[in-house]
Amino acid sequence: MSFDLNFIGILIGAIMASSVPLILAASGELITERSGVLNLGVEGMMIIGAISGFALMVITDNLFLAVIGSMLSGLIISIIFGVLTQSLLTNHVATGLALTIFGIGMSAMIGKNFVGIPGKEFPLLFINLKENVPFLGPILFGHSIILYFAFLLPFLTNYFLKKTKIGLIIRAVGDSPTSASNQGINVILVRYSCILYGGAMCGLAGAYLSLIYTPQWIENMTGGRGWIALALVVFATWSPIKVLIGALIFGGITILQLHMQAVGLRIPVQLLSALPYIMTIIVLVVISRDSRKIKLNTPTSLGQIFYKEK
Amino acid sequence: MYKNFLRYIISVLFLLGVSGQANADFKVGFVYVGPTGDHGWTYQHDEGRKAVEAAGIKTTYVESVPEGADAERVIRQLAQSGHDLIFTTSFGYMDPTNKVAKDFPNVKFEHATGYKREHSNVSTYSARFYEGRTLLGHMAGKMTKTNVIGYIASFPIPEVIRGINAMTLAAQKVNPDIKTKIVWVFTWYDPGKESEAAQALIDQGADVIMQHTDSTAPVQVAEKAGVWSFGQASDMQRFAPKSILTSIIDDWAPYYVERSIAARDGTWKQQDTWHGLKEGMVAMAPYNSAMGSDLVKEVEQLQKDLASGKTHSFTGPIYDQKGNILVAEGSVADDGMLAGMNVYVKGVEGDIPQ
Repeated sequence: MSFDLNFIGILIGAIMASSVPLILAASGELITERSGVLNLGVEGMMIIGAISGFALMVITDNLFLAVIGSMLSGLIISIIFGVLTQSLLTNHVATGLALTIFGIGMSAMIGKNFVGIPGKEFPLLFINLKENVPFLGPILFGHSIILYFAFLLPFLTNYFLKKTKIGLIIRAVGDSPTSASNQGINVILVRYSCILYGGAMCGLAGAYLSLIYTPQWIENMTGGRGWIALALVVFATWSPIKVLIGALIFGGITILQLHMQAVGLRIPVQLLSALPYIMTIIVLVVISRDSRKIKLNTPTSLGQIFYKEK
Repeated sequence: MYKNFLRYIISVLFLLGVSGQANADFKVGFVYVGPTGDHGWTYQHDEGRKAVEAAGIKTTYVESVPEGADAERVIRQLAQSGHDLIFTTSFGYMDPTNKVAKDFPNVKFEHATGYKREHSNVSTYSARFYEGRTLLGHMAGKMTKTNVIGYIASFPIPEVIRGINAMTLAAQKVNPDIKTKIVWVFTWYDPGKESEAAQALIDQGADVIMQHTDSTAPVQVAEKAGVWSFGQASDMQRFAPKSILTSIIDDWAPYYVERSIAARDGTWKQQDTWHGLKEGMVAMAPYNSAMGSDLVKEVEQLQKDLASGKTHSFTGPIYDQKGNILVAEGSVADDGMLAGMNVYVKGVEGDIPQ
């Protein structure tokens, strides 16, 4: 492996790009879960976002519309989950799983006509700086606007949850919906909003894959990233910053292990392939040992059905 | 009145069911490992199925069937529901296919890329993709400037290892300095992972990329990075018009039509088919003129020689990584050795994952 500085910069840039869908989906799901709703449909919402974004790009030839559309479609499909779990009081886990299965099937059906169409080039920002600034260039520049947004998102989410009134309300609803309700908070409305927001972010994560990362539509192209995002939220103990760290470690080791293989290091390849999962869990468990903080961050009513007694 | 009506309906349905079986409507079933929209492996099998349908034979298919317990259930289901011939189109369906075949002696089974024919109603078939890899190796050896060829591999099975070896041998012949760098992704199909693997290989100095995975992601990465690439399973040219030198195309259609008609007419017999460039089961997409007309001519000649049998992809002397002789000078590897290939030839870097 060559170790010049610029190469390391390129590597870090690649790692950042690969972790974007995880950051987006996990940050969205984190808000949903903090309101006490466990939506296992992340993979399904992502894949719907991926096909909607790609289909809109092909039909309208407008990337802006495609990105907005993917978020809207993620949001719309999450409404199904919202109606079922919040209004019809179905079980969160079962409904979320159904949403994933539905999303994968639905996207495959819509996608039939979009197979084999090459994607469009997504504009990357500050391309000149990327090439002219050594080391920092490929890290900081030459990315899509969605990447910059994804890297801001965990900090915004953290601020939002900790410092704003709405954030406090969401946490209250997640911790004790009954008390929140007694305080006059409309628990169902808050939870609906969080579900829709989560859906929109998952849709955006899907669009990142189909419009920017691997610009094309192929069935099942999310390849299980939704499940990894879900796991990240739990292992990061519902802390947005730790979600970011986890996503970077996961993306980082995924890419590094490929490089190690290409270099021909004599480490069993199966071990290398498993490394991203193992390391991400270990690191997140180690940095989240503080049980007081876990208690503070864990939405106590996660996955429990809430209904207002009349 | 209502009861009578119900009785009437039931008896009609019953009769329909019985007569349907008596007529034995001939039906062919297909089991796919990926989605038909993968634009690679499964896509090409489905093109074959469509050709069978066009020949006037009814077909059904089940897509994205995981290799394992699920596969047996799906195959059994197809056999039970009156299919007369069932194509199972992935290596991992080998044991389930044979297991189900035992219980349904009147149903014919065709398993792709496997070697087990435990019952007289099981045939196997595969394509000599390695012949295509030989052509790729020749082009890669000529086109590379860095002398590093990047190879995205899926699973360490003979099929994949054979491809790596065939490519490396052909590339060495025209350029003794080349090195083959391999990244195993342990998936047939994950566009994100495949593109990361392609990028890693390019960052490690490869300026020719080839893949034994099914998505179009690697060729797109190659296009962006300005290195050469090759399409897999179907013509992927439009995904990377500048970068793709050619694609290896799997053409199952003639075989599927022939076998389906044979099964319908009662002339189907157990066999092991391994067709290549000669029979057209392996075909090459148009060559990219960017490699120069001389090289195109060379490759076309090589393709002819491989098809006619004048040249063989595995002609001795061939050595393994440690320098032990695998195929003696003057002889060629037999099909038995090719089918069970599990060592790298000299010039490939790294170990085969065990």
